Amino acid sequence: MTEAAPPADRPRLFRRRRASAGSESGVWYPRWFWPAWSAPGALWLLVLFIVPFYVVICVAFGTVDLFRNPLPVWEPWYWTASNVTGVYHKIFGAHAFLQPVFVRTFLYVLAASIICIVVGYSVAYYVARYGGRRKTLFLILLISPFWISYLMRMLAWVNLLQTDGYVNRVITFLHLAPRPVAWLEGRPLTVILGLVYGYIPYMILPLYAFLDRIDQSLLEAGRDLGGSPFSTFVRVTIPLSKPAILAGLVIVTLPMFGDYYTNNLLSNSPKTTMIGNVLDDAIETGGQVPQGAVFVILLMILLIIPMLYYMRSTRRSLEEA
Amino acid sequence: MSVTVPRVDAPAVEHQVPPSKRRTWWWHDPWRKPRILEAVTWAYLAWSIVPVAIAVLLAFNAGRSISTFQGFGLTWWNQDEASLFKDPELHQAIFQTLKLSVGTMIVAVPIGVAFAIGIDRWHTRPATTANFVMLLSFVMPEIIIGVALFLVFQFLLKFIRLGTVAELLGLITFQLSYPVIIVRARLLSIGKEYEEAAMDLGAPPRQSIRRVLLPLLYPAIFASAALVFADTIDDFVTVNYLHAGAPTEPMAVKIYTAARGSPTPAVNAAATLMLVSTTIIIVIGFLLYRHFTKGQRAGMHDFAAQI
Repeated sequence: MTEAAPPADRPRLFRRRRASAGSESGVWYPRWFWPAWSAPGALWLLVLFIVPFYVVICVAFGTVDLFRNPLPVWEPWYWTASNVTGVYHKIFGAHAFLQPVFVRTFLYVLAASIICIVVGYSVAYYVARYGGRRKTLFLILLISPFWISYLMRMLAWVNLLQTDGYVNRVITFLHLAPRPVAWLEGRPLTVILGLVYGYIPYMILPLYAFLDRIDQSLLEAGRDLGGSPFSTFVRVTIPLSKPAILAGLVIVTLPMFGDYYTNNLLSNSPKTTMIGNVLDDAIETGGQVPQGAVFVILLMILLIIPMLYYMRSTRRSLEEA
Repeated sequence: MSVTVPRVDAPAVEHQVPPSKRRTWWWHDPWRKPRILEAVTWAYLAWSIVPVAIAVLLAFNAGRSISTFQGFGLTWWNQDEASLFKDPELHQAIFQTLKLSVGTMIVAVPIGVAFAIGIDRWHTRPATTANFVMLLSFVMPEIIIGVALFLVFQFLLKFIRLGTVAELLGLITFQLSYPVIIVRARLLSIGKEYEEAAMDLGAPPRQSIRRVLLPLLYPAIFASAALVFADTIDDFVTVNYLHAGAPTEPMAVKIYTAARGSPTPAVNAAATLMLVSTTIIIVIGFLLYRHFTKGQRAGMHDFAAQI
């Protein structure tokens, strides 16, 4: 059915009714058939996903009334940049008190993702290559954090890290610290480990899925050509798994950049504020809603490249399946 | 027939153990066997499970402490005034959670499944665009969706006030992409042959979808339903921006708020209840998944791949 267009004398209607390009088997659907299936979902996404971003822009480029309530401006030609410049001055201006927040967010996310890669890769590699008969057990254990809610897992650390909690008791018992440490009062280490704890499962699973599928013959070829196990690992396995590492990295860093709850639960101190906290505070405390809208836009600009990469890898893994 | 075979070769086997199988301590050659990796893996698994186990244990604490176990008791489940089943607010929150999860699942799954089927067959530019938007909603950090919807209900769709309806709309928007992605993966793997065979045998399109395609999709549909349900129980980000005060707060939001303040073991009890319910949902989802993939050698692996 790949011939050129039908002869000119054929009725035009005939060609039009070949609704979907995929229906080459000769089964014809009415033209509206497949679009009608997608319509509710598409409409839903339009109204509650696309339109909201327009509203965000209108609030960010809008004004405020006397009581500092935001007044969104719907017409693009009346947009003003006062909210945006306000945020700009807070980040880059003379009193740039938000600048450390950005630096801190990047540092925390960087540290957390490095730990995620190192630990996550080791675990995924071990389970994929040496899991053996225990693979199913390992897999269940690796998946379990997905249905143990994030909240529960953070709560567990809130319990453990109390000043009179079990972590401090172990530390003082082993004489690692002279007196109990106040873990939950603005410690970067706690927040970073909290982020790792929260998101590392999302790193391990795609890595595992990839490493499990690596063709063993490639590794054998590496050995046959004289590579030591270590150099085979460095020169074959790691380059092969680069896309999986990148995908895992994107999966964990995206929510980390938008994270505010880990910080709120495990530190709740201005000493560890991240971008997500500034955004959350702007909305929750009120009076700073336009600033919150600017931060939403900022976050989206910041994350658009990783988001596109993640979308591409999701689509690709869909098509490979 | 009853010849007893003398077991003479038993000791001989021991001699034949190849040297590589003999126990070598890892410090002789730490890189040869993955002992370090093994240790890291077990340490990681312990690190990921033990804290949660302790938190569950603390839910059954007889005393007030959230950091020290003071004996077993159901104090924080149904005995104390502020316990999970006695505190009227927590009680309400349980029902709110149930309402939201069921509602989200009932709306998001059918819309998502239909969307996936439509996108899969309707290869045109609008379909590609719709698919792009769907994937974008999948990768978007939740805080962005939550805040954006908050602004929508605040300034544009003002007739939808913050509260249960707004929460539902937000959750459905956030969850919509899961069924779409899971069902599309399944659609791509089953191909079109079955459906076309049905139509060659004379089934009209709608019938071939209902009687051939949908049954083939059941595993994916049930897996995604379980996932959406369980995920909604745990959600507290979207809902945190869209609730209207205490009566419309689900459990997850209550736990989040309480954990930031001065929590009692009732918070652990609530979180444990959530854990138990999501586990049950996932197990049911897995059993349904296995039931509908009978004869296809589907196991934990494939179910995990779905999730």
